[in-house]
Amino acid sequence: MTNSTSQSSMLQPLTHLVNLSQPLSLKEYIREGGYQGAKKALRELQPAEVLAIISDSNLKGRGGAGFPTGMKWSCVPMFEADDVNAPEHKYLVCNADEMEPGTFKDRMLMEGVPHQLVEAMIISAYTIGADKAYIFLRGEYHLSAKRLQQAIDEAYSENWLGKNIQGTNYQLDLYVHTSAGRYICGEETALINALEGKRAIPRAKPPFPQVSGLFGKPTVVNNVETFCNIPHIIKNGADWFKQLSPKSDAGTKIYAACGRVKTPGLWELPMGVTIRELLYGHAGGMADGLKLKGLLPGGASTDFLLPEHLDTPMDFDSIAKAGSRLGTGGLIVLDDQNCPVGMVLNLIRFFAQESCGWCTPCRDGTPWAVEILTRIENGQGQARDLDDLANLCDFMWLGKTHCALAPGAVEPLKSALKYFHDDFEQHIDKGCCPYSGSHSPSEIASNVAQACGGHAHG
Amino acid sequence: MQIIKTVTLDYRQYLTEKEISEIEHEVTIMETRESAGIEALKIVQSHRGWISDDSLNAIAQLLAISSAQLEGVATFYNLIYRQPVGRFVIHICDSISCHLNGYQKVLHAIKTHLGIDYGQTTEDGLFTLLSNVCLGGCDKAPVMMIGQQHYEYLTSEKAVAILNGLSQSTDGNSSGDFLDKAEVGATIDAKIVEVKND
Ligand SMILES: Cc1cc2nc3c(=O)[nH]c(=O)nc-3n(C[C@H](O)[C@H](O)[C@H](O)COP(=O)(O)O)c2cc1C
Ligand code: SF4
Ligand code: FES
Repeated sequence: MTNSTSQSSMLQPLTHLVNLSQPLSLKEYIREGGYQGAKKALRELQPAEVLAIISDSNLKGRGGAGFPTGMKWSCVPMFEADDVNAPEHKYLVCNADEMEPGTFKDRMLMEGVPHQLVEAMIISAYTIGADKAYIFLRGEYHLSAKRLQQAIDEAYSENWLGKNIQGTNYQLDLYVHTSAGRYICGEETALINALEGKRAIPRAKPPFPQVSGLFGKPTVVNNVETFCNIPHIIKNGADWFKQLSPKSDAGTKIYAACGRVKTPGLWELPMGVTIRELLYGHAGGMADGLKLKGLLPGGASTDFLLPEHLDTPMDFDSIAKAGSRLGTGGLIVLDDQNCPVGMVLNLIRFFAQESCGWCTPCRDGTPWAVEILTRIENGQGQARDLDDLANLCDFMWLGKTHCALAPGAVEPLKSALKYFHDDFEQHIDKGCCPYSGSHSPSEIASNVAQACGGHAHG
Repeated sequence: MQIIKTVTLDYRQYLTEKEISEIEHEVTIMETRESAGIEALKIVQSHRGWISDDSLNAIAQLLAISSAQLEGVATFYNLIYRQPVGRFVIHICDSISCHLNGYQKVLHAIKTHLGIDYGQTTEDGLFTLLSNVCLGGCDKAPVMMIGQQHYEYLTSEKAVAILNGLSQSTDGNSSGDFLDKAEVGATIDAKIVEVKND
């Protein structure tokens, strides 16, 4: 992805300048066409004009929910410079908490081309009239923290941040805040609480952060990848952005594949390539000797899809029609030698551990599901366990919990119960896990799971 | 009547000047003193390895919040250690891609090699073993993080070699400046990569 021909700069705007071993300095980034979007926005466009371009581009959030970015920004109250009712500050926050299992795209953008995110935040903050911006970065991304800070320092020294940016009367301060763990910090209102130094518990909405967010002031939170699109849209126009994906939506998407595929990785492609193209054209297909059993199309909190869905385009609407969610666009691929029950157990254990504990359905429901799944995987399941799991899915569904973490946990569970019903039943009928042997990676995991054939695995 | 002794701790006697100035710098970035709490915990932990009760009380006093509130914060976040840890804290990823790629074997090898389970520290004070959610290296699974270093494409043998490299780098000395961990880790990783590429 370090190829910087002009063609790739137009087709892979987000990643064509990525250099993971040595990201571009400010000077080099500018030489490659960087900060032109920021210059144009700050010098030639009013905030309302930038907003109109972003709305027109049809950019949707890349953090998982796919909410239109222009619409989100348009809810921020705007004030004239001399308005006495104007709040003391407005904030822009970058959600760089990337902890969704199977998601690793934002890391590449931050480690590989940190100036792109800095430029993006300057334009976005200008658009909503924010004077302070934070990058909320997960604590484990040490290299991202270092490289972002370097980029920010450079931007300050060249007057792209601070007072009177590039001779305009616009002012912005940008900080990196490194987090101390917990997946729930990625939920945008929990993130705001974490930034305020509190326990990361989601807030009730309304009020929406755009009106009352960080320290009670208007705040916009967007994902890293969402932001990184902004400079290119401003530089090249909304129509250019829409044309990037001739068959659907707008723009490119950084897709990923992990699991036991031949060449796992990340690829920036037009929004709407099919799952098949991604899995077989880019990820090289399944690793030797393995067959495709199913996959999660967009991270741990999306519904399973099956081989029969391979020709579904990877865009928000098409994946939704197939019964799942585009989420973060990272395929998690399940092969035929890995146990689907074991996979779901691993996923639900993650959600149970990361539940913030605020509301009862999630705090008590996720560990309960773990208990039942563990029993089934260990060969001690009973027929009614499947009904109990189905009920739990219902108790934790949308509208019954305080935030979207629990419904996110339900998605892989509920779809697994539907698509891999036979596997669940076999575990219960045979009293053991039928997946074991040389291709099972988790063979010696725990000494409790009873493999069919008598030896322990998990 | 039983008399309960209370100790009033003055944070200025407990925290170093360096710690205080680093924390005060964070305060200037945020709007309230309270909001620097997590950064403050991380700063003190980076110097001392973990957050003791005394550290917690001192930070709370410096930030003018109650110890109970800060304790609620400290125990919420998994990268804040409220118990003593070894010089090297192993965070092994147990999320889905690492699961599908058999992190279990690597974990088993680490546990057997060090003779400890999750949450425990080796007797020589060198290693603590913890699990971690997805480390963002799913295409290079299995993955673990020690200090600031991420180790990818793990096998049981590679993991044990990394641990051996780390313990040799210290000559069995479990104390030392915690900030140095990152660099030690980086050198070891470079060595291992060299071995692998030979
Ligand atoms: C439990 C949970 C975790 C989340 N984690 C992240 C995350 O790590 N990164 C992210 O960008 N969005 C995450 N989100 C989505 C955010 O709440 C929010 O929708 C997103 O940051 C909005 O940005 P966007 O409009 O640019 O997509 C998470 C949501 C939930 C419910
Ligand atoms: S759904 Fe789970 S994570 Fe979300 S508020 Fe409720 S307990 Fe917390
Ligand atoms: S699942 Fe282990 S690094 Fe992502």
